[in-house]
Amino acid sequence: MFNMVNSIYNMRLLDDLARKETTIHKIHPLVKLLTTLVYVTAVVSYGKYEISSLLPYVFYPVLIFAFAELPLVPIMKRVLLVQPLIIGIGILNPVFDNYTVMLSGMAISRGWITFLSILIKSGLTVTVSILLIATTGMDKLALALRMLRIPKIFVLQLLLTYRYISVLIEEVLRMMRAYSLRAPRQKGIHRSVWGSLAGQLILRTFERAQRIYQSMSLRGFEGEYNTGEPTPVSFRDCIYLVGWNLFFIIARIYNIPMLIGLLITGVIK
Amino acid sequence: MSHHKLEVRKLRFSYPDGHVAVKDISFTIHHGEAVGIIGANGAGKSTLLMLLMGVLFPDVGEVLVGDVRVTKKTLPMIRQRLGMVFQDPDDQLFMPTVYDDVAFGPRNYKLDENEVESRVNMALELVGITHLKDRASYKLSGGEKRAASIASILSMQPDVLIMDEPTSALDPQARRRVIGLLKSFEHTKIITSHDLDMVLDTCKRIIIIKEGEIMADGAAAEILTNRVLLEDCGLEMPLSLQNCPLCGIVKA
Repeated sequence: MFNMVNSIYNMRLLDDLARKETTIHKIHPLVKLLTTLVYVTAVVSYGKYEISSLLPYVFYPVLIFAFAELPLVPIMKRVLLVQPLIIGIGILNPVFDNYTVMLSGMAISRGWITFLSILIKSGLTVTVSILLIATTGMDKLALALRMLRIPKIFVLQLLLTYRYISVLIEEVLRMMRAYSLRAPRQKGIHRSVWGSLAGQLILRTFERAQRIYQSMSLRGFEGEYNTGEPTPVSFRDCIYLVGWNLFFIIARIYNIPMLIGLLITGVIK
Repeated sequence: MSHHKLEVRKLRFSYPDGHVAVKDISFTIHHGEAVGIIGANGAGKSTLLMLLMGVLFPDVGEVLVGDVRVTKKTLPMIRQRLGMVFQDPDDQLFMPTVYDDVAFGPRNYKLDENEVESRVNMALELVGITHLKDRASYKLSGGEKRAASIASILSMQPDVLIMDEPTSALDPQARRRVIGLLKSFEHTKIITSHDLDMVLDTCKRIIIIKEGEIMADGAAAEILTNRVLLEDCGLEMPLSLQNCPLCGIVKA
């Protein structure tokens, strides 16, 4: 239970970080969103045995961390949260793909390479997604999504879920606390009351949703979530967009680490 | 100023399960009046507020704001003139920051962003929370949340302020601040509450409701001192008017 309470308080860390005013935070949200999309596309487009060519893609998150003055540990903890899922997906690769290859004089199953590749790709893509929220904020991100003509219903859904998830968790906590105080010597919640607890939660959620909708429509809400006028994209934003995307595309076409390696070994020869 | 008048004529409303929540209620509230609507739990206060705001529509009777009848067609105009503050501020503060929440109403009415900004600043100043402008709503204390939710209504510059239990779940000092705030507004005010001391402080006129009907409508000083009437309606006299349990001073 303590962990859950703790996670509620930690949940809004990204919001707090998003309120900083660094160079990266000032970049237009749409530009950051597009850059992240191109980055993610580029990273996942690599084949399952390609690892070394992914190396240049580490630059982007590292620079964002540095320039946006973001704390490494709490963000990496969030990245680790999804890792069990990724391990679950990739852990059987070494079993099924047991063709061995020689790597620096070591015999290794190809499955391990694909597993590592999945881990690196997921690590990179999840990190940049979290960095996007931590440097932009959910509200501005929603604005960027609307600029991309994503239907308002989805954007609204996303924003309201983000806002009310903590209220929902608090509701669950209250119910669990009320249950555990009247059910001593019980671990967890007995399955006989799962149904009624879940039902209660749904009904409470409906009621709250109704009240929120009423309070919205009483203030003139008619389906469009107005978050102010978007700021125009500046010249600096364009340079940021073009610069990074060019880098991602070049890194996708040419294997930069191999070229550098060839250059160095060539020079030594 | 007839356009600031709020008139309720022979209102009756029943829920789909057949429960009649409001039976034949009529009253008129004039410009600048502060009216407390009180009654026991389930007396029909909240339903009445919903009917005033056009969230629910009556089976019989009508609500008139100025000379305009509350119907689905007139709702946008009505809701610009009546501002309602909800009992739970969490229901009303759904935007990422206090500023965005207070700007939500004006933006929906498609006001120019400069006008939105000046309205937001004015509303925040009125309730004294300008310093909380960029804070996230969910991080505020109970009293601050209440002030923010009031500001989110004031920014729409309504003629009539409707408040559902404005002092519930507040600590004594936050409650005192909200009372001070309510007294400072010159709007027409309709306040429902069980906090009768607050009602006594803020309202000159009281309407008591019992089982969906008006039991009394008159001056606060008369109604809130009528012990028999209050007890008959499931209420009791405001604590400030009751005899002191420690020193035994008899007040009423």
